[in-house]
Order: sequence, then C-alpha cells, then structure tokens
Amino acid sequence: METPDEALAAAAAAGDSNAFAALLSRHYDRMFGLAFRLTGSRAEAEDLTQDICLALPAKLGSYRQAARFSTWLYRVTVNAAHDRRRRAATHARAAGGWGDWEINRRAGIAEAAAAEDWLGETMQRLSPELRDTVALTLGEELSQKETAEVLGVSEGTVAWRMSEVKKRLREAARAEGML
Amino acid sequence: MTDDDDLEKLRASLKARTPAPGPAAKAEALRLAMENFDRHQESSKAARPMSDRPGQAGSLTGVAKVLSKLTTRPALAATASVAAISVGLLIWPELQRDLTLPKPRPTAVTETGPTKTKVAAGKALQPEQDGRASQEMSAADADTPPVVAPADDTRDNDILPQLQEAAPPAPVRPSSRSLERSESADAALAGAESPANEVVQPAPSGAVVGYAPTEAEMAPPPEPDTEAYANADTNPVKIAGEEPVSTFSIDTDTASWSVIRSSLTNGYLPPAEAVRIEEMVNYFPYDYAAPDTGEAPFRASVSLVPTPWNKDTQLLRIGIQGEMPALDDRPPLDLVFLIDTSGSMEDANKLPLLKQSFRLMLGQLRPEDKVAIVTYAGSAGLVLEPTAASDQNAILSALDRLDAGGSTAGQEGLQQAYETAENMAADGRIGRILLATDGDFNVGIYDPEDLKDFIAAKRDSGVYLSVLGFGRGNLDDATMQALAQNGNGTAAYIDTLSEAQKVLVDQLSGALFPIADDVKIQIEFNPAAVAEYRLIGYETRALAREDFNNDKVDAGEIGAGHQVTALYEITPVGSPAQLSDPLRYAAAPEAEGDASELGFLKLRYKTPGAQTSKLIETPIPANPGDADIDARFAAAIAGMGQLLSEPKYLGDWGWDDAIALANGAKGKDEFGYRSEAVQLMRLAQSLSR
Repeated sequence: METPDEALAAAAAAGDSNAFAALLSRHYDRMFGLAFRLTGSRAEAEDLTQDICLALPAKLGSYRQAARFSTWLYRVTVNAAHDRRRRAATHARAAGGWGDWEINRRAGIAEAAAAEDWLGETMQRLSPELRDTVALTLGEELSQKETAEVLGVSEGTVAWRMSEVKKRLREAARAEGML
Repeated sequence: MTDDDDLEKLRASLKARTPAPGPAAKAEALRLAMENFDRHQESSKAARPMSDRPGQAGSLTGVAKVLSKLTTRPALAATASVAAISVGLLIWPELQRDLTLPKPRPTAVTETGPTKTKVAAGKALQPEQDGRASQEMSAADADTPPVVAPADDTRDNDILPQLQEAAPPAPVRPSSRSLERSESADAALAGAESPANEVVQPAPSGAVVGYAPTEAEMAPPPEPDTEAYANADTNPVKIAGEEPVSTFSIDTDTASWSVIRSSLTNGYLPPAEAVRIEEMVNYFPYDYAAPDTGEAPFRASVSLVPTPWNKDTQLLRIGIQGEMPALDDRPPLDLVFLIDTSGSMEDANKLPLLKQSFRLMLGQLRPEDKVAIVTYAGSAGLVLEPTAASDQNAILSALDRLDAGGSTAGQEGLQQAYETAENMAADGRIGRILLATDGDFNVGIYDPEDLKDFIAAKRDSGVYLSVLGFGRGNLDDATMQALAQNGNGTAAYIDTLSEAQKVLVDQLSGALFPIADDVKIQIEFNPAAVAEYRLIGYETRALAREDFNNDKVDAGEIGAGHQVTALYEITPVGSPAQLSDPLRYAAAPEAEGDASELGFLKLRYKTPGAQTSKLIETPIPANPGDADIDARFAAAIAGMGQLLSEPKYLGDWGWDDAIALANGAKGKDEFGYRSEAVQLMRLAQSLSR
C-alpha cells in the first residue's frame, strides 16, 4: 500500500529527504497540469512549477495536516500563480514607459495568442477568478467544496462563479453563431 | 446547445490540451528542489517564496524550452542551422556550470557565447535567454553595475560571486521611494520576463539589457528591506502677511513613534522619512480640559508658550481633547480581524505578538460585542464566523489555529472582511475592521490606487478600517497610512506587547469608538501680530485652504478620549528671529488692526455618520504664558522629531537640551511613556554621535 501523502509530508517536514523526493515525484505532474491550466502557457507552467518545487522545502513546515495534502498543494499552486500574474501585471504597466516599440510588440503577442484556438480564446475571455475556478473544477475535477477550500472562498462563491462561466460560454457561443 | 455541453467542451479541451511536463524541466525542478531541501535542513530560515523565476535554476529548462518551441511549433521553420545552434546552447551553459573560477571568464566563451545567442535570437530565442547572455557581458565588462539584491543563500547561483564583485552591494536601507525604484526595476525587467514567443526581437539598447537581467538572473531576493514611508517635505516657514491661512487635518495615528522606538532600540537611527512629528507628539497622553457635556464632542484649548529652541519665537499649542463617553453604555462593537498569515508573518514579533495582543484585547470586550476573523494568504478566508465576545474559548482557539504559511495573495481578503462586517451590521452597532499585517497588502486587490478607491467607497458603508502594523523589514508604512486615512481609521504600529497593551487595552475605546469624523483645523493668522509661522509636523495631512469647507474632503477622525496636539512656531512681529526680509519692490501688506489677537481658530467636524460638518470658531489671544508640563513635554518631543529629521530651525539646541526639557516635564507619567521617551532620546543621542 502506498504511504499517504500526509505521512510523507510530515516525514519530509521532519527532514526525511526520501519522503520529500517521493512526495515531489508523485505530485509534480499534477502541479504542472494545474499550473498550465492556470497560466495557459507551457513555459510559464514549467517556471511556475519549478518555483513551487524550490519553495516547497521551506513551506512544508507550514503544512498543518488540517487539509489534505493535495488540497494544500493546489492552494500553494494557485497562490503562486496569483503572485506571478500580479507581477506580470506590474511589468505590463511599467512597460508603458518603453514607448511604442514595446506596445506594438505586446500587441503583436496578444493577437498571436488570441488567435491560437478556442480554448485559449475561451479562457482568455474569463476573468482570472473565473479561470482559476474553471481550472480547478473542470481541469482538476475537484468538487465545488474542494475548490472553495483551495481558493479560500465560500462554496457559494464557487457555484456562482461556475454559473457565471456558463453564462460567458453561452454568450460566446451566441456571438459565434451570429458571425 | 445547453450549458452543460459548453462546460463539457471546456472540460474536455482543458484535459486534452494540457501537455505532459517536459522531462528535462521536471528533472531539473526535482533536482533543484532536492538541493533546496537539503539546504533547508541546514538552515531552517524560511525564504519567503517569491514567484520570480529563480536564477541559474533555469539554464537547462531554458534550453528545453527552446527545443520544445522548435519541435512543437511547426510553423516555425526550424532549419538545421538553428538546431545546431540550439545544441551549442545546450552545451554552453553546461560549460559554464563547470567553470568554478568566477572571474575572469575565458574570453572565448564570453565572446562567442553571446554572439551565438544573438544569432539564435534572430529566429527563436527566448527573451530570458537573451537576457542571460547580455548579462554575461555586462557582468564581465562591469560597465553598467547592476543593482544586485543580497544573495539568497537558499539558491544555487554560480554567477553570483562574479556579480557581487562587479556590482556595488545593495543598499541595506533603501530610500523612501522604494516603490519607484522597484517599478523602474520592473520596467527594466519587463523585457526579460515577457512571455516567450517566436516574434523576432530587436535587442534593446545595451544599458537596459545590462540592467534588466540581474533580478531575473539572480535568485528571488530574500526580502530585502522594502519599507516605504508616508512622508512629505518639512513644512517651511510661512509669512503671515502673504499666506495667513493654514489648514490641516488632524491625525491621531501614533505609528511613527513606535517605528522610531523600534529603530532606536535596535541600535540604529530611524530613517528621516519615518519621522512624523505630529504622530510622535500625539503618542503621549496630556492633561487637557475635557469638553462639557452637551457641547461639541471635543474641546480645543489654545496656549502660547516660549519656544525652547528659540527665545525670540513662541510655540502655539492647540490641544484637542475628545470626550470620554460613559463606557457602560457604549454601543456594541462588531469587530472583524483581518489577519495577514503570509509566510513572512512567522517571526516572533509578528503573528505570535499579534495573537498575544488580540488576546489582551479580548479581555476588554463585552459579551454583546461580536468578533469575526478573516485571514488572507494561504489559509482559508473566514476562519471565525461572527462570534459573541463572551465565547472566549471559540475566539481564542481560532486565534491559536492561525498559522503563518501560505504563499501570499489570499484572494478577496479585504472584500471578505468588508462583506463580513456589513453582514454583521445592525442598528446601534459600530463596525470596524482591524487589519493586522507586516506590510504585505496582497489583499486581493492588486493595484494600490484601486485599493484606495475600494476603501474610500466602502467608507460610506460606515465600517471603519484600522491598521495595525507588525514587524519590520517590509513594513509598508505608506500604504498603512493610506489605508487607515481612507478607511476612516487609525494606523498604529505594534512592536512590543506593552505597545499592544497601550493601543488595544488602555486606549481601546479611543481606537474603536469614533466621536467625530473628518476633523479639520484652519487657522488664520493675524499679520499685525504674527510675522512668520510654521506648522511643526502634519506634513502628510496638509489640506488646501478651500478644502476646509468642503465636506466631501476626507480628514482625520477623533476617537473617544483621544487627544490631539498641534504645534506652530510663531515669530511675532518685530522679533529678531524673523527669517524673511521685507520686500523692496512690492509694498508690504498692510498689517491692519488689533495685534491683541494672534489669529482665529476654526474647527470643522462631523458627528459620526453625518454628512454635513459643524463649525467651531474661537479667537486666539496673543498673550504668551508660562509653559505647563504638557506643553514642555510636547515641545521636547517636537524637538526630538526635528533632531531626527530636519533640525535646521533648531539652531544650537541639541539632544542635551531635549533630554533636559523632557526630563523636567515627566509629570505623573502613570504608564511610564515619558520616561521611555527620555531613554530613547539618550539612545538617539549616542547613536547620532
């Protein structure tokens, strides 16, 4: 039988490097998957996952078995993605000072990305909050309760957000139909 | 098409389109994590997790990314030559890895490396890779010294020693403009960090690139000192004939004093920007006359005393005493603790002190009061549903369960706190959010301006917001001030348990029960009696003259029993201390009228919740008297503040005089605050030698 994550995490927090290695290799793919669904870019997701891996040894100390390890790890991943997004926003704003060259370049990137495919387009149409919720409920197939726990919001909020997502999708479908 | 079909399609394509992680990236990440793990066992000093890409960590990943781009994007015609260069790139970083001697780098490598990269840049280069290459050059040439953050000992970075030689060490104590600094760094970084793409990029100018990669390349900095202070230039001397009206908002914050204390007791002089004299003076209780019942909720007393540092000028002291409502029939409170539990709160003087402080405060609450706890970062949002204060066990155990952990932005922290407070609201209750933080305001709203707007909008809901600062290092004093000012609350900085005792126990009623909102002071000086004047402190609270009568303009609040002191240094007409000469070409303004009035004091305030303000007016007689104990002590503290920030008006008056003055004006000093002040003056004196 497999050792439960929680036991591994406790052992790793106490300094057992084998436990830590086992924990990481067990969860790397899952973290990467969520990171991709949150960021929509492979490169970003790889960077993000690596950041989290690097920070995990220090963070494990703050894991208090109150939540399941996977839930906790999802939360860590979502928070790291938020941080990254926030920084990116700052950079984008700061880039205003770079003049037209930078603006044009960025516009070019945005167009290229938008044209990529339906998924990218759909995800881009959603606000960051909705995107996170979608990544967790649809991508990771968490229940609304688990999603709420990861995002630190109420279950009602998650339910509301998903209905909002449906609304957006319907609007998008209607818009496509009109074209 | 039904809704569920839509969702199903989204679900399916999310599943289908998520790629498997690259094996190289995975191996690299796992390897680095293991290294970090081992290092962490040696020193358990937690590095604050940052989202920035760790430095050297990425060399293999970068290559893997280049390769993956080449393979996964058929649109990009990957010619054989590009592939060959990529192989070169693959070998090159490995070569560097083996170079144990940091400097000098063999010329061949420095020369060819970047050149090759540049060639590759023409087709498929990642911006980051470009940044790295350019940085190699700038580090080797050392012509544009990059701003280097202190090394993070938990990251491996073999470029580091080299950079440290080339670059000046990072300032330990950045300027008050650290915000701008980081933004310019961000601006420089924007290029290096922008998402990878195949668009051909012209290389930006050398200086920018030379600067840009440092942070991207360096490991995430281990939280350098990023304190930011609310500050403005010292108020200048004004000529009463030219500018007779002085307007400001009152300020009952005391954070500046605590920050100064914490600096001094840690053995260094506080940065001048941390000094806000009005907050130092207002830290201390004074014995002002209380308002009569049935009148305005506060009383202003005015006195004119000799200036200790200048025998030819006078100090005008305006002392405001807030009424102390009978505490027995105070309205019940709805308190929402909004607590920052991000990893940086782990220090003993942050979250643990916060828990102790709130525990002290619980003893002051009544059974009918309610408490809710919302956290942000990591752990879930609402950790304690609104609970009657009588249920101490539930509240205490919720407090105990709080852990510093979680990376950062707990979403919607502030929104949730306001929501909770609004849900708790009922007639006759006072709602207040107590935000406790060490300066990370990742409360779910990312833009500081949005944050202010949000709070200003919420202010109208009647919920007050007070900010309690804990710990030093990234204390964001400027944001704390902004939040508290916009949220109709106070900002206090808690560095010790005794400070918590003062703020949350001894003066709790003042901290929690507003008696007057938007209190503004305007003084019109009489040019016949006053030649020059200057307001000591209140720089961050200055108001435009016309704002005084504009009830839309926000100003400071007075809490129950609060005291506010404002000091003007006045140069009477004919005094040799006058600094300005009369003009030669413009006629001196006619100093008309009676010189028996020094000026005219006007106060505006709103009763809590009211939309329109009330006005109090009183003339200030021009008859100087002897300074009472309180005036002398306030003057000593004002002198101390000037010595710590801008002593140009003090002449020869120095620490010895300040200490002697304060020592002789300790009075009863029930709580020992004044004795402590004298101790701190001594410390400051020694430190400034």
